Amino acid sequence: MTETLADAPWLSLLTFAPLLGAIFIIFQRMMARRDEAGQIEANELVQVENRSKWIALGFTLITFVISIFVFFGFDSSVAGYQYVEKAGWLGNGINYKMGVDGISILFVLLTTFIMPICIIASWDSIKNRVADYMIAFLVLETLMLGVFCALDLVLFYLFFEASLIPMFLIIGIWGGANRIYAAFKFFLYTLLGSVLMLIAILWMYSQVGTTDIPTLQQYTFSSGAQTWLWLAFFASFAVKMPMWPVHTWLPDAHVEAPTAGSVVLAAILLKMGGYGFLRFSLPMFPIASVDFAPLVYALSIVAIIYTSLVALAQEDMKKLIAYSSVAHMGFVTLGIFSGTKQGIEGALFQMLSHGFISGALFLCVGVVYDRIHTREIKAYGGLVHRMPIYAVLFLFFTMGNVGLPGTSGFIGEFLSMAGVFRVNSWVAFFAAFGVILSAAYALRLYREVIFGELVKENLMSIKDVDQRELVLLSVLAAFALYLGVNPTVALDIFSAPVDFLIANYNTANSIIGGGL
Amino acid sequence: MEPLVVLLPLFGAMLAVPTGRSFGPRAAELTTTILMAIAAIWSWLIFFDVAGNHVSETRTLFTWFGSGSFQASWAMKIDMLSAVMLVVINSVSTLVHAYSIGYMHDDPHRPRFFAYLSLFTFAMLCLVTADNFMQLFFGWEGVGLASYLLIGFWFKKPSANAAAMKAFVVNRVGDFGFALGIMGIFWIFRSVEFDTVFSLIANNSEVVPFGMEQGGAIQTLKLTFFGAEVHALTAIAVLLFIGAMGKSAQFLLHTWLPDAMEGPTPVSALIHAATMVTAGVFLVCRCSVIFEYAPSATAMVTLVGATTAFFAATVALFQNDIKKIIAYSTCSQLGYMFFAAGVGAYGAAMFHLFTHAFFKALLFLGAGAVIHGMHHEQDIKKMGGVRHMMPMTHLLMVIGTIAITGVGVPFMTLFGAPLGTAGFISKDIVIESAFEAAGEGAPFAMYAFVMGLIAAVFTAFYSWRLIFLTFWGKSRASEEVRKHFHAPSNWMMIPLIPLAVGALLAGIVFYGNFVGPNADKFWNGALYDAHETVETHASDSQSASHDTQDHAEAKTGDGDNHAAIESHEATDSHGATENHEVAGDHGVEGGHHVPSWVILAPFFAMLIGSLTAAAHYLRGSDPLRPGFMVEDGMIYGFLKNKWYFDEIYDFIFVQPAKKIGRFLWKIGDGKIIDGLGPNGIAGLVALGAKRIVRIQTGYMYHYAFVMLIGIALFMSIVLLSRGGN
Repeated sequence: MTETLADAPWLSLLTFAPLLGAIFIIFQRMMARRDEAGQIEANELVQVENRSKWIALGFTLITFVISIFVFFGFDSSVAGYQYVEKAGWLGNGINYKMGVDGISILFVLLTTFIMPICIIASWDSIKNRVADYMIAFLVLETLMLGVFCALDLVLFYLFFEASLIPMFLIIGIWGGANRIYAAFKFFLYTLLGSVLMLIAILWMYSQVGTTDIPTLQQYTFSSGAQTWLWLAFFASFAVKMPMWPVHTWLPDAHVEAPTAGSVVLAAILLKMGGYGFLRFSLPMFPIASVDFAPLVYALSIVAIIYTSLVALAQEDMKKLIAYSSVAHMGFVTLGIFSGTKQGIEGALFQMLSHGFISGALFLCVGVVYDRIHTREIKAYGGLVHRMPIYAVLFLFFTMGNVGLPGTSGFIGEFLSMAGVFRVNSWVAFFAAFGVILSAAYALRLYREVIFGELVKENLMSIKDVDQRELVLLSVLAAFALYLGVNPTVALDIFSAPVDFLIANYNTANSIIGGGL
Repeated sequence: MEPLVVLLPLFGAMLAVPTGRSFGPRAAELTTTILMAIAAIWSWLIFFDVAGNHVSETRTLFTWFGSGSFQASWAMKIDMLSAVMLVVINSVSTLVHAYSIGYMHDDPHRPRFFAYLSLFTFAMLCLVTADNFMQLFFGWEGVGLASYLLIGFWFKKPSANAAAMKAFVVNRVGDFGFALGIMGIFWIFRSVEFDTVFSLIANNSEVVPFGMEQGGAIQTLKLTFFGAEVHALTAIAVLLFIGAMGKSAQFLLHTWLPDAMEGPTPVSALIHAATMVTAGVFLVCRCSVIFEYAPSATAMVTLVGATTAFFAATVALFQNDIKKIIAYSTCSQLGYMFFAAGVGAYGAAMFHLFTHAFFKALLFLGAGAVIHGMHHEQDIKKMGGVRHMMPMTHLLMVIGTIAITGVGVPFMTLFGAPLGTAGFISKDIVIESAFEAAGEGAPFAMYAFVMGLIAAVFTAFYSWRLIFLTFWGKSRASEEVRKHFHAPSNWMMIPLIPLAVGALLAGIVFYGNFVGPNADKFWNGALYDAHETVETHASDSQSASHDTQDHAEAKTGDGDNHAAIESHEATDSHGATENHEVAGDHGVEGGHHVPSWVILAPFFAMLIGSLTAAAHYLRGSDPLRPGFMVEDGMIYGFLKNKWYFDEIYDFIFVQPAKKIGRFLWKIGDGKIIDGLGPNGIAGLVALGAKRIVRIQTGYMYHYAFVMLIGIALFMSIVLLSRGGN
């Protein structure tokens, strides 16, 4: 019994469950009654949309439950891949292969956890083409889970690239006024970045004869080849992160995206870049990673200071949070390329924590946007008088964003800086400026939106968070607090694979004469 | 069970708002206050237990950080240092809670206020009971959050919001240094736990920082920090001290404290006088073993402390806002504590911290009673004659004033302690230690001594100026205020009494333990390193002569071999304490380490300041007017405007940061990056955009089709390349 359960293709089930939901939605819409012109009747449409919402919610929840099962069956003392599935696909060393380790399992959980929240967050705020919207989100979930579970480079690439498309559509169809520009900017940036990665993958395949990720992680490329391969992968992941100076698509994408789109973008899509660095750049090209670490440090420091300063000047709430995301991702890249235990674990933790906190901050913006229909900071002020609960929640996430100890935001930021301090104290010195600047921009936002007299006419009757919003934000707050007080629940899961990664990384470098 | 001492205030914080909702504000007030009172009584029990039985222990709750060797737990470390802080924090907090019941009685948001007060207390307790740098940092930032919330408690006032934010951000500047210090400690010691780090230093063990082939004995180890080769412990100590400067509002990072007076007055008493701002002093004392082996860093501590003591006192002279005067006075007194720590007299620093908590809380709460009675009038120029309306408050404020100015009788002893108010005893010891240290060649110690004396004159002057202008003379208040004057309730008066008793007697009662003959036993190693103290205890009876011998040996010896240095340093710190013993127990041990004029100097400083103030203000004249000293008002303007720090910081930091941010956004992102990047191919975008207008009309199938094409394209590339293989 247990034997067969363990052998079941859990990851495939997990990955494709949301897709199944999407198919259900399409199917139930095809069944809908139509008038002579082939259009769905008005009151029938309401029903179709309602059913779509419930199907989407149901399937994202089922996926979440499956991921919990997978997590409970997961042995965190083992460094290698678990739940490995393999099936022939294109042949000749290109297989359908899935598996998770201590690094990816937490991203899987983050994804399955955030998606139901996105569906619930969109429940009332999306008014047009609801069924399509739900389909887009479900497809997106499948693709994101695929990215984190894939153990074959081609399979990974497929998921990685395809996840662009639903996101592109979410921004392009349900976005704000300037959505077309934003969607294209997003698409162009990420696509151009990944063309280089595709070429690299093809070259690696021609060299090694397989695209199996565990095999490639053990393969030693010559240091010359590593340089070029590293740069090619870097182009793609740096855009996704996003790192300075290829970050300008992010503020536009966030501003134009609907609330749930911003949440997914910040909470999960950005993490693909960091995940990529850890899965490919560090293990497959360790020598180049050491060689290029100074470049990454420089770009990360610029990202932290530059975008924090830019965040200070923002007039749009979402843009401010978007720029702060870029700064926070700067800590992630610093931590990863420090090549130290604390640095890498801090980076991983920062990515998880940022998923909760910045996701929640975008939801917070969504709450007032749904009521007043503007994101301009100046349009608000004194909300605490009418929205006390909202003020408390927003304060909590603001504090998470500035990395207050006790919230999860602190753990990742501090560990990644401590990790990089071990390698280069100057880098930590400059990165620590982010600590000051984040307080300045985040508290400025809070002060101008929440505090002060309530004078604006249209804010007089604004309602506090409703039950749905309260539950969503409280759940996220609970996680951010719990991880802030007891981070070992996550750190212990990273531990084994990160040790393994560092050991390989150091060995590779000492053999070929690199080394830290 | 002991962790409950820390956790009770947290429960109070969590319960306050729900209780207030269900059972009314009074229930919330009483719940938090009673929980605080239990914690306070408990902490006194712990205090006497630790002081009597010389126990020190650490209770570990559960792991907080566990990332390789980066380990830190939620823990409760109870030694004499934390026990002293526990009683200070919990006692003052309980009294402030009770006082606030009266002070805030007509505020609609009372439960929230009490929740914040209790939250603050919890964070502060976490700070002082930490057994590792991370928990200390947690408390450190936690009190920052509570301070932010309480300064901005009246969130309708734009000035309060600005002050709250300023406090948080300026503190973050200090935390920048503190955080780097902790990272540096982790790099060098591979640990952030006190016991590990401190014992490595005390034993002068060999440490190998991460990423290095070989290290060296820690006390003399030199490392490359930020591109320069420096003495490792000095670099660490300086970074930690930058954190302390921020939290304790020391010179250059002090600008937030006066603005913090925007918060309700009980907050100023608890957070911005008695407890939170002393966290920096606590940090230096907790890390005394680091500072002991980092002479340049202690020189910096002395210099900054002495400068602050002087600078803040000069500004306090010229303020007319009753709370701002006391705020600058706090700043100045914190300076005293720091230079005491800087010259190695940690016991004296902690003693002054302890006594200061009583009289400064008393002064603030008394001022609060005045402000409350005068309908939130804070300008002492608009007061006068208040003593007729509030005789009790007047009496209590005078007690606070004689304590802070240091009224006492030199050379007289009572039960082996000097005879005088708490401030007299602790401040004199601080000033004497500076003189003594100067004799031993401690850098800036003479400067600290002189600045300490000058500041003592100013302290006496501005403190009495406040009393005379507020309580004496004819009333200058408007008819309206006078008519509606209301007397403070018992809730507000009773908590002041224990504080007044403390302000008068705490010095005499605790002198022997903190700095007097029993100091060594009392602190039980909390202020030095544990290793040395164990030794001292073993040879308790002969410690005095033994130490002196060591001292002599170390001085005659080469000083290069580290054993000699170690014992030298150890006796230095012990010596400092013993010297106070001598200063107090006149004649018992014979050798006066300080001449009598040094003991008399602070007393005369107090007299000069007090009498000058009396001479002017009792006659109704104010010498501190625009024509002060020079006709054109330059000096007046300079001091009245607090040396123009706010204006300068605004000019060199705040405005440029805003401008640079805007520039980088509009030009950097907008013109350069986007201009060369995506908008460079804007034509393409525009072209695509035109076609994609249809995006709004089509169905999902169309996009699925696009996706399929993409995948097909990809497949063909893969298959083609395989064909080529």
